[in-house]
Parts: sequence; structure tokens; C-alpha cells
Amino acid sequence: MGATVIKIENAVVAYREDVALRGVSLEVKSGDFVGIIGPNGAGKTTLLTIVNGLGRLLSGRVWVLGNYLTAGNGHSLRKKVGYVPQVERIDPRMPMSVREVVMIGRYGLLGLFRRPGKHDWEIVDEVLELVGMSHLTQRPIGHLSGGEQQRVAIARCLAQEPEIFLLDEPTASLDWKAQSGIIELVRQIHDSRYLTTLFVTHDLSALPLACDRMVLMKQGLIWGEGSPSELLTDENLSQLYDMPISEVKRRREEVTLAEL
Amino acid sequence: MDLSIFGYQFMQNAILSTFLGGIACATIGVFVVLMHMPFIGVAMSHAAFAGALLGLWLGFSPMIGAFALSLAAAAIIGPLADRGELSPETSLGVIFSLMLGLAFLFMGLMPGTKSSALELLWGSILTNTRSDVIFLGIVASVVVGLVLAFYKEIQATIFHRDMARSVGISATLILYGVLFLTGATITVSLRSIGGLLIFSLILNPAAAAYQLTYSMKRMFLLAAGFGVLSGWIGLLFSYLFNIPSGATIVVTSSVIFLLATIFSPKRKVKGWRGKPLLEGQK
Repeated sequence: MGATVIKIENAVVAYREDVALRGVSLEVKSGDFVGIIGPNGAGKTTLLTIVNGLGRLLSGRVWVLGNYLTAGNGHSLRKKVGYVPQVERIDPRMPMSVREVVMIGRYGLLGLFRRPGKHDWEIVDEVLELVGMSHLTQRPIGHLSGGEQQRVAIARCLAQEPEIFLLDEPTASLDWKAQSGIIELVRQIHDSRYLTTLFVTHDLSALPLACDRMVLMKQGLIWGEGSPSELLTDENLSQLYDMPISEVKRRREEVTLAEL
Repeated sequence: MDLSIFGYQFMQNAILSTFLGGIACATIGVFVVLMHMPFIGVAMSHAAFAGALLGLWLGFSPMIGAFALSLAAAAIIGPLADRGELSPETSLGVIFSLMLGLAFLFMGLMPGTKSSALELLWGSILTNTRSDVIFLGIVASVVVGLVLAFYKEIQATIFHRDMARSVGISATLILYGVLFLTGATITVSLRSIGGLLIFSLILNPAAAAYQLTYSMKRMFLLAAGFGVLSGWIGLLFSYLFNIPSGATIVVTSSVIFLLATIFSPKRKVKGWRGKPLLEGQK
């Protein structure tokens, strides 16, 4: 395992009167593939946003790629941190093509007053090919399905050539086939590009196979941390989601059947 | 038709004003449409109107008053838009009605004749002076120049503010820049188009262009073209029928929007498939 690339020390984050993180500490090493699960409102998304400097800390410190995040260095550090936010409905009439949206990933690296060159467009085409979207490059972004839009979001993130890959529920609201396709794609990219990946999800079905490590979150705290096999027991999930064990078992069986 | 009218300087000023104002307003309109903030523009244009009347009442330049109050409105509205509040409309509604109330209050407090105040309300492009044209030219150049210089940052911010931030772009700076330019554009166009109508010239050409293309670059160009066309056709009708120019310009821009909506390929579910609506980037 590599050197530490993310170190969160006692992070506290609040949105108005709601406390999203209540003193969270976490260390992630280079090359880790960390799955983060937990019920709604557990602080999963907030955990990702403090790593890329979009979330504001009330107290605590976050160390990313050799620097403590401050108000001043967020912009430069974010260029090395790819972030795929939760799926949002895109205006179907938005005047941008798939290729242009992926190019946005290069903009931070390009800096001010520099226009994308041939090399940048080549990278965009390469990542679109990698995510299996090269046949839709000229299509208006708002015309894609949810799964296709997620692939474009991942391509945009890769065009950024990040060292850290943050994904916030990239499989939410997708059908199970698209879900497993996205998870496989993310794992493949993680391995081939030597990334450090934090993957937030509600989907317990395929994720444990992809992850090296799991972080379970509840009520703004890290509730458990370890390998998927030791952590994702029916008992633990029952306590995490406040659900009877029989219900957890039933749901996990349903998921397994759906994958067959 | 007697074309000798175009030899007069007041008409040349009006033609140049509609050209420059049309470009500036329509370019700002593209932001307003794509960033889904039409109400912000309405509130700012009424704030500018109130500010200009404050200037007239207290005896300082209406332009300074208009610019200051529209920026003050932007300073209140900006954070709401930036935080992505779920329903900023309520706060905007309060600001909008407050500004209109202040405008009429200042008008009521103003001593003597109200003709200059009414001019700001309806607009009178035919009385534009060469200095008005120069101001419009400066603002139009700044607006177009900044769009060209920061096109990629603007494009990313328009698409998704948080996503733009996540790749290292100062989306907040771009948003406030847009609000500042909106204030400046409204201020210099106020006398030509009028406080009540200026926002239509901002919104309508861009909204029409939005119906017709899936390319952002083309949307900027089409919007500017529609803005200029609205100004010139409106000016012609204003001259021919001796009616207020602000009103004819706004009605023309609305007709263009209506036609664009009727003939929009975006209305047809698969209309885009048959036609190459996007620019080839390769």
C-alpha cells in the first residue's frame, strides 16, 4: 500500500443548524479503493466535499496530496481531485454537446486565457472511448439517459487526469445493469490509472467486490471501518440502517437474485 | 420611403444605440437564460430604474444612481443564487416589489415636471446623445470582450456551478462578474429602452436563440443578432408610427421569441437527429 494521500483530522461541518460531520477522522493511502456507505444524512457527501475543498470545515483539518486544505489553495488542489457529483437532472435544451462537457474537465488544468488544443481534444476522445461513449460525442448532453450521463461525468473527471477520484452515488437511480456496469468501469479505471478512489453509495450489491476497504457512516460519524467481508455482516447493516436482521437478509438475497 | 431621416445625427445615434445595446443586452441574456435567473434580472432592472429616479430627485447623475442600486440589488441577490437556494423567488419578489415601490416613491417626491422620470420609464432612444452611444459602446465592448476572454470558465459555470468549482474554476467570481455586467448593461441601456422594458431586451433575444440551437457559441451569436434586429425593427416602427421606441423594440423582440418557439427544432422530440444542430468540433 502506498503513502497517505488523504488525512482527515477531527472534521466538523455544519449546514446552518444541521451538523453534517461531528468530528470525523480518516486516513486514505495512495491506491486505496474505499467504499463509503450509510443511511441518508449520514454525512457521506459532506465527507467527499471536504476532500476537494468545496465543503467548509467548522473545525478540524484536511490534508490532501501533501497540503493542508486552506481557503487559498482549494482551487489548485481541486485540479488534482476528480469529483463526480450526484446525478442531477440536466436541462434537455442545454446547448452543450457531450464532448464539450467532458472538455470542462480540462479547463482547470488549462488555466486562464488558454484555449483547448489538439492534445486536449485527443484526451477527451480517449476518455470518452474508455467509458464507452465515443458514439455519442456530438449529442446534446441533456438528451442522454441517466446511465449515459454518469459515464460522461466519469469521463469529464478522467479528462482532468486526477490523482484522487471521488464519486458520489454514481449508481443512484440507475437500473441494476447500468449500476453494475458503472461499478465495473470505476474499478477498471481505478486499477489502470493507479488512482485513489472514494466511492459513496447506497448500493451494497456490487460495491463490496470492488472495494478494498469500507467506511460505514451514521449520523455524521464513522461507525465502522475495515474490509468488506468483516464489516458488511447482516448484524452490522441491521444496526447501521436501523432495520431488523430478517429485512436486511431478505434485501441482500433480492439483490443477489437480481444479479444472476 | 424618405430615407433622408438617416442623415440626422439623432437617428444615427439611435441606430448605433440599438446596435450596441442589442448586443450587450442579448449577451447578458444568454447568462440569464442558461443560469436560470430571469427574476434576478427583473429585480436588477427595476433597482436600476429606482436608482436613476433617486439621482433625478436628489440632483446627481441618474446613471450613477442606477448603477449603484442595481449593484446593491445584485449584492443581496447574488448570495441567494450562489448558494442555490431552493426558492430564492420569495426573496426576489420582495426585492423586486421594494424597488418598484421606491421608484414610484422617488417619482412622487420629485418636485416639478415628471417628464424626465417618465422618459426613464418608457425609454426614448431618439433623444440619445453621442455620449450615450459612447457609454453603450464601452459596455458592449467590455461584455463581449470578457465573454471571449473567459469563454471556457463561463461555459463551465453555466453548465454546473459546483462542477466548475470542482475542476478548479472560480465559479463564484464568474457569477458575480455576470451580475456586475448585468448592472452595467442595464444602466447604460436604461435611457434608451426604459426601466420597465429593458429586461425584455435582455431576456427575449436570448430566449429565442435558446429555442434554436444546441451550441452555446451559436446561442451567443444568434442572441446578439436577434437583439440588434429587435432594436432596428423596433426603431423603424417607432419612427414610422411615432410611438415610444422602448415599446416597439420590446414587442419586436417578443415576436422574434414567439417565432423561434414555433419553429424550434427542440420542440420536436427527434428533430435534432435529422439536422446537424451542433458545431463539429473535430
